Amino acid sequence: MWTDISMVILILTNMAVLGTSRLRACIRIVAVQGVALGILPLLIHRFEPGLLVFAFLSIILKGIIFPMMLGRTLRQLNVWREDAPYVGYGLSLLVGPLLLAFSSWISPRLPLPYSVHSPMLIPVALFTLMNGLYVIVSRKNALTQVLGYLVLENGIYAFGMAVAYHQPLLIELGILLDVFVGVFVMGIAIFHISRQFDHIDTDQLTMLRDH
Amino acid sequence: MLWMLIFVPLAAAVASFLIRSDALRRMLLIAAALCHTAAAACWVYPTGPILGGWFDIDPIAQYFLTLTSVLFLAGAFYAVGYLKAEQTGRKKDFMEDAFFINAPQAVFIGCLLLFLTTMTMVLASQHFGLLWVAMEATTLVSAPLIYFHRHHRSLEATWKYLLICSVGIALALLGNFFLAIAASGTQTESISLLRNALIANGSKLSTPWIQAAFIFFLVGYGTKMGLAPLHTWLPDAHSEAPSVVSSLLSGALLNCAFVGILRAFEVACAAGQTAFAQDLLVLFGLVSIAFAAVFIIGQADYKRLLAYSSVEHMGILALGTGLGQAAVSGAMLHAVNHSLTKAVLFMTAGNILAVYKTKTASRVRGLFSVMPVSGLLWVAGLLAITGFPPFGTFLSEFTILQSAVEQGYYGTAAAFLILLGFIFIGFSAIALRMTQGQKPESVQPACERPPAVVPPLVLITAVLLLGVYVPEPVNDMLHRAAVLLGGR
Repeated sequence: MWTDISMVILILTNMAVLGTSRLRACIRIVAVQGVALGILPLLIHRFEPGLLVFAFLSIILKGIIFPMMLGRTLRQLNVWREDAPYVGYGLSLLVGPLLLAFSSWISPRLPLPYSVHSPMLIPVALFTLMNGLYVIVSRKNALTQVLGYLVLENGIYAFGMAVAYHQPLLIELGILLDVFVGVFVMGIAIFHISRQFDHIDTDQLTMLRDH
Repeated sequence: MLWMLIFVPLAAAVASFLIRSDALRRMLLIAAALCHTAAAACWVYPTGPILGGWFDIDPIAQYFLTLTSVLFLAGAFYAVGYLKAEQTGRKKDFMEDAFFINAPQAVFIGCLLLFLTTMTMVLASQHFGLLWVAMEATTLVSAPLIYFHRHHRSLEATWKYLLICSVGIALALLGNFFLAIAASGTQTESISLLRNALIANGSKLSTPWIQAAFIFFLVGYGTKMGLAPLHTWLPDAHSEAPSVVSSLLSGALLNCAFVGILRAFEVACAAGQTAFAQDLLVLFGLVSIAFAAVFIIGQADYKRLLAYSSVEHMGILALGTGLGQAAVSGAMLHAVNHSLTKAVLFMTAGNILAVYKTKTASRVRGLFSVMPVSGLLWVAGLLAITGFPPFGTFLSEFTILQSAVEQGYYGTAAAFLILLGFIFIGFSAIALRMTQGQKPESVQPACERPPAVVPPLVLITAVLLLGVYVPEPVNDMLHRAAVLLGGR
């Protein structure tokens, strides 16, 4: 049952990201999603010390460190909401259920060699993944794009969980480290963008193109 | 020996962040590059796997590591000259009326060395998970290199690079999971993601999942390799980064991503999906060459011109690998030729940029009279990159073409040849015009310092020699790598 609750949290957070214009709220929603996902391996697999360490680290990282880092960037920038994304919030909220329906439709058609822990895992993982991609392409704000990247990463990670496959701990930690450094570097880049351009809307980054 | 390859640049990078003196730091860069090359050259004596077989030097790794090492050494000498000449403090941007500063040299040299570390890890890793971790790390440590000149154009390029490559590589992670599903055909015994184990158990891998995994690897690592239509970060990053960084991005990093695809290709072949994987490679290859041809013709910016030429050559590598048989060794040889030539061209472009202070090709005239050596390098590089005999690129492109005709792929061969013809015309029309004519009044004949011209001169000589004679050790390495990829 706990698995299903965490699946519901994933779906709800995905929808919330689609409909929220306030950046601070968005950061918190993605943090909640990260925590819900971090608990997942403990629910699905047996308790092992390595797994416990990994779950603990990923919860700390996604639930505490990322929101703190991104929140700090937000305060430095003094940008609090995204006003005009490429696709409006109302329309985005319609896209969400469509993506969910699509992933529910396609999941049973994937020829998995064995049964997965919960029938909801695969559709939700795919939904999260597509949702992340959608957020990256439909928003202009650099910070929201980073959040989209995190959601995408969460989706891929949930997919890995769903297929009951865990890589060696060292690799898992390596992936986590890469995501951490990635968000860190992107945060620095956003800070520089706001200094150079006085805003962080990526649709204004159009100096470089072929004439 | 393998530990040394990874830890020498890593230790040097840490030291570079810690020490104070810029001069000492530059010495450190050269020393680390020399050590790395020395270690790479010692492969005459085989080295064993380390970390339980996660890192090992197989023929593909050996071939590309040697190449990367040599390129980095040339780049290090060039970079030292470049950094010495770069003045510190606020500088005027020549494209717009604005001032900017450079990133600290500690960051630049440190990241350059970390870049070498992570690329070595990519090439030597035998485990698909580790390969992914190292590949993403190359993106992260090279982003600060692109943002060396702190103005908003380079920042824009850095942002696009970070976001597009990170998303691309995230898709490759999904490829990893697909591969894991393919490998766990029966729940009782699952195969680890070690390359050897996967290849040995190739027949047990589930077909639809291995196909899906290959597609995701091709798209994911292909983004980083610059295969069209996901190459969009490449012209921006290559044109805004300092020239020595562009030469390493183009000559070394793109090859690393290519190796990532080759690893997936090996496994796909072992699983009996050779034809499927080859078709995809040929398709992506031809599309990339066509994309590049469109953007090369009439290109106004000479650094972007070189960047699109990288897209073209990555397409040729994919095409050659996809055609199979002798074309595979053609593609391997072409990887070396392209890397060396492109490094020459980017370094020369850096010299031109330093004197003419513009990236617009039509404002650069009279290169021969202003800087004769760089002019010579530019023309030689141009002939080499467009596959003109007697340069090595002619030999490798011809091998691929010949193999295509021999196997009866006349359509592919014709398309390849026509596109190459267009690119030759487009490229030389722009680049040759830069060497002739009357120099602009504002430009003074410049003194060309040895660090700026000696590394490219050495590299272009190597390309020339490769066209006439491929040395036996190189030939041997190349064929062993090609055999692994189903060629000969």
